[in-house]
Amino acid sequence: MEELDVDPPLTTIPGVNSKKKCMGFDWGPGEMLVYETCYENQSKNLYEGRAEKGLGCPFIRIVQRDEDIYSPVLRKLFNESHGIFVGLQKSEEELPSKSRKTQLVRVSKNYRSVIGACMEEMHQLAVSTRDAALTAQYTSQVSVLSAMELIWNLCEILFIEVATAGSLLLHLLDWVQLHVCEVDSMAQEVLNSENLTKHDKYWNVITSYVLQGRMDEARQMLAKEANATAASRGMCRILDGLMKKMPVFSPGGTQTLTEFELKWQHWHEECERYVQDGTFASSSHLESICKILLGDEATLLKQKELLTTWYHFLVSRLLYTHPMVKPAELHVYAQSSLDMFLGGDSSPEPLDNILMAAFEFDILQVIKEFSITSSNWWFVAHLTDLLDHCQLLQTHNLYFGSNMREFLLLEYASGLFAHHSLWQLGVDYFDHCPKLGRVYLELHIERIPLNTEKKALKVLRICEQRQMGEQVRSICKSMAMKAVRNNRLGSALSWSIRARDAAFATLISDRFLKDYCEHGRFSDLDLIDNLGPAMLLSDRLTFLGKYREFHRLYGKKCFPEAAKLLLSLMTARIAPCSFWMTLLMDALPLLEQKQVIFSAEQTYELMRCLEDLTAVKPDMGETDERRLQDDGDDVETTKVEMLRLALARNLSRAIVKEGTLDGW
Amino acid sequence: MEKFNAKFVSQKISKSRWRPVPSASLLLPDLFATGSWDNEENKVSVWSIGDFGSLNADGDYEGDHQLLCDIKHNGDVLDMQFLDQERIVTASSSGSVTIFRHHQNNQTLSINQRWERAHYHSGPDIPSCGSAPCTGIVCNNPEIVSVGEDGRINLFKADSKKILRTIDNADSSTLHAVTFLRTTEIMTVNSIGQLKMWDFRQQGNEPSQIFFLTGERVPLYCVDRHPNQQHVVATGGQDGMLSIWDVRQGSMPVSLLEAHDAEMWEVHFHPSNPDHLFTCSENGSLWHWNASSDMAEKPSFLQLGGRNTTLSRSTLGQSNINQSLMSAWLSSDPAKGRMEITSLLPNQTLSVNSLDILGQCLVCGTDAEAIHVTRQLFA
Repeated sequence: MEELDVDPPLTTIPGVNSKKKCMGFDWGPGEMLVYETCYENQSKNLYEGRAEKGLGCPFIRIVQRDEDIYSPVLRKLFNESHGIFVGLQKSEEELPSKSRKTQLVRVSKNYRSVIGACMEEMHQLAVSTRDAALTAQYTSQVSVLSAMELIWNLCEILFIEVATAGSLLLHLLDWVQLHVCEVDSMAQEVLNSENLTKHDKYWNVITSYVLQGRMDEARQMLAKEANATAASRGMCRILDGLMKKMPVFSPGGTQTLTEFELKWQHWHEECERYVQDGTFASSSHLESICKILLGDEATLLKQKELLTTWYHFLVSRLLYTHPMVKPAELHVYAQSSLDMFLGGDSSPEPLDNILMAAFEFDILQVIKEFSITSSNWWFVAHLTDLLDHCQLLQTHNLYFGSNMREFLLLEYASGLFAHHSLWQLGVDYFDHCPKLGRVYLELHIERIPLNTEKKALKVLRICEQRQMGEQVRSICKSMAMKAVRNNRLGSALSWSIRARDAAFATLISDRFLKDYCEHGRFSDLDLIDNLGPAMLLSDRLTFLGKYREFHRLYGKKCFPEAAKLLLSLMTARIAPCSFWMTLLMDALPLLEQKQVIFSAEQTYELMRCLEDLTAVKPDMGETDERRLQDDGDDVETTKVEMLRLALARNLSRAIVKEGTLDGW
Repeated sequence: MEKFNAKFVSQKISKSRWRPVPSASLLLPDLFATGSWDNEENKVSVWSIGDFGSLNADGDYEGDHQLLCDIKHNGDVLDMQFLDQERIVTASSSGSVTIFRHHQNNQTLSINQRWERAHYHSGPDIPSCGSAPCTGIVCNNPEIVSVGEDGRINLFKADSKKILRTIDNADSSTLHAVTFLRTTEIMTVNSIGQLKMWDFRQQGNEPSQIFFLTGERVPLYCVDRHPNQQHVVATGGQDGMLSIWDVRQGSMPVSLLEAHDAEMWEVHFHPSNPDHLFTCSENGSLWHWNASSDMAEKPSFLQLGGRNTTLSRSTLGQSNINQSLMSAWLSSDPAKGRMEITSLLPNQTLSVNSLDILGQCLVCGTDAEAIHVTRQLFA
């Protein structure tokens, strides 16, 4: 097993005193049960503790591992990104590499825009709420979301866009402009003031623009000074000229890298000349800007407050010293920029480590660092999946389970399944985990509480679509059991027919027959009359359907057909033995009809059935309960005698009738 | 092209319904209500689709629908309908039927009336009556009819606390939906594929007629009646098939149309343009069916959607010829009986649970926790 890089964070559970009592726990999907045990923490005698049961804490606490999942705002993130995720899985892998890249970048931008929308909404909430605790919670979530967006964007540039020398810096500039945007509000403030060149933030605005490479905006701002102050007009014009002339690489253009490099060198030397000439010596502001253009590190570091972060420093530094930086060189500059910016005053924070790992092109480390600092699986699962689609993660197989993409997706989806309503999203994630996804889904799906049939139908659809026969049977069975408990035999039968559960169908058919014996009529005729081919599911169900058909025929006075059906139920052994007496008693009115219905042969068969029944009885081992009921036995004897009499009479009539017919 | 506006709302939407507009007015629908399901706390919410000032030059509808108010709902909202301009009736998985009142002056919702445990399980083995989910309701102000998993039919009057009429054991399986056929007659669909007609003028617990597909026992989940021709009824069920029934004749559907390949949760005729029909399904599809006879002359009509299919129908029922005013849905001539289907929500993977149409407007709610609205259905 690998060593842990950091100690796992400590979570205190309010109300549980772990100092006094030992704690017990049980893992669950996405959450954990924690309770106080009876055992004293440092107790010498365990049995003593057990004796004073009453003193234990009577609560079991549910500890959720991922609290983000319960935020209503983040639910939108989960739902919206689910659509993007599914779209990505379905997308064509075979596209030519160029359009495939465009597609992946578009997917990445979609993910980022969803993060952005959530951040916006969370920010609105933080501003509008009055509750201080809530505000703090929202604000912290805004910062988490903004960190996610920052990291994602950098990963997009480095891993998905795979920006090359020249365009790499342009992307990094965009990245910094997007995430360090204090300058815009500052500029607004300055522009709204009366005497803007005297505003104390005026030079800060220009410097910030320059640091972000926004030359046009910087020049516009500088022009105000040139107009306002005659003394510095000349200097301003020169600086303006330098800014204007600064070469910018155009990725789509015809210019080669060498040409650009030459041009840039030439411009750089020009800047250097002005500094050495002392052209801007009379204005510290202008001189400092010119030194920034030169990429002077000391001058850049003086702007720490405007740069706010080391990665802004890195990008500004690269812009004015190595605009042609190659991806492979990036981490050297990143590391030195971080060291210079922090200057030993403070140690890097988790976010710094994650960004640094990205600059080092160590995807694994990015994922790992983020997973350690955040309980949120959404980010790592989706980012890893996207990077996997860029064919970047093939070699990263874990020593347990499956590869990292699958591991993270499984964790994320398990979290969704632990949630009361987000479980539906989890299904699609499991579907796209080739190795263990199905097993996870099978285990999770059975544990979804089913309070309505509609929910059961939705879960069943998920299982049936994936040919998860065992889960289908188990869900149908639990629904059928529930229906039986609620005395809804019709529903129960429908569920067992859906699951093709013959045993349960037999059980329910028996209940129907029992009800019939008790009340003398069938309930749920709309169902039994329309069983159709479903009748063949179990023998007992077939019998139920056929027996009901007998009643229908009898009711319609189709006596010969009814008689034939009744007899065949016994001779074909469809009817359970216990029901034969009832069937024979049903034959009684047919035997007593004026016209002869049972032929002599049929009567013989009926007689054999009766004799089989009475002969078998003593051997069957009657229950004690049965033996006790002497009255019941009396009734049975009477029934048998009545039947024998009726059968004998019918036989004589049938023989006479058949004989007469034959004779004539 | 139908322009849909989607909004994620952090709750799975089980029902969405437009507030009716007064029949005499020419006002466009501007409010709709939604109900949620499978949340820890479910809600009934009222939304506004914004004022008409926000229509831009092209007449496009811009901006999201805004939440006006919501109220906690006990249990999943399994069905919902506006009783009138102000009152919303809901069916709950807790077995109760509730009327909510929407106060428009201060935008609040309150409970107007509730029938607790209108649906319940009873029997010798059940000590106290356990509640059963109420699966469907239909309103015809002031009358309300509810059906449930207990196979019971209840008839309420909006202002009366007691239940006017109960048909116990009306169905041996679960009743999934109900609709009014005429003032005293209703149609119900159940989970063994039967369509039953009930007449409240008749006493007893027997339906006046049962319709079913021979042999098949495919559960039916939704039913709607043609707004002008009261004998034409559409149903949808587990296999996603759309069945059209003529309740005046036969016991089998007039036509069976292959539709979604998963459960069809709702079917609705367009209330004022009934040659158009809309269905939605568990597989995330929302379809527009166009059976208007002038379709052939206007082939470009609605052809911009994601998927266009023309199906020829299979005719099961008897042809009946001597009708001058025959509905497009009952036409049994296979050559004429072609219709165009447009898929309105491509790329949706999770279930579309509910839809409602009024005039040019359509609203639908999904398990992806989004509400989709369009105001230009026939643009």
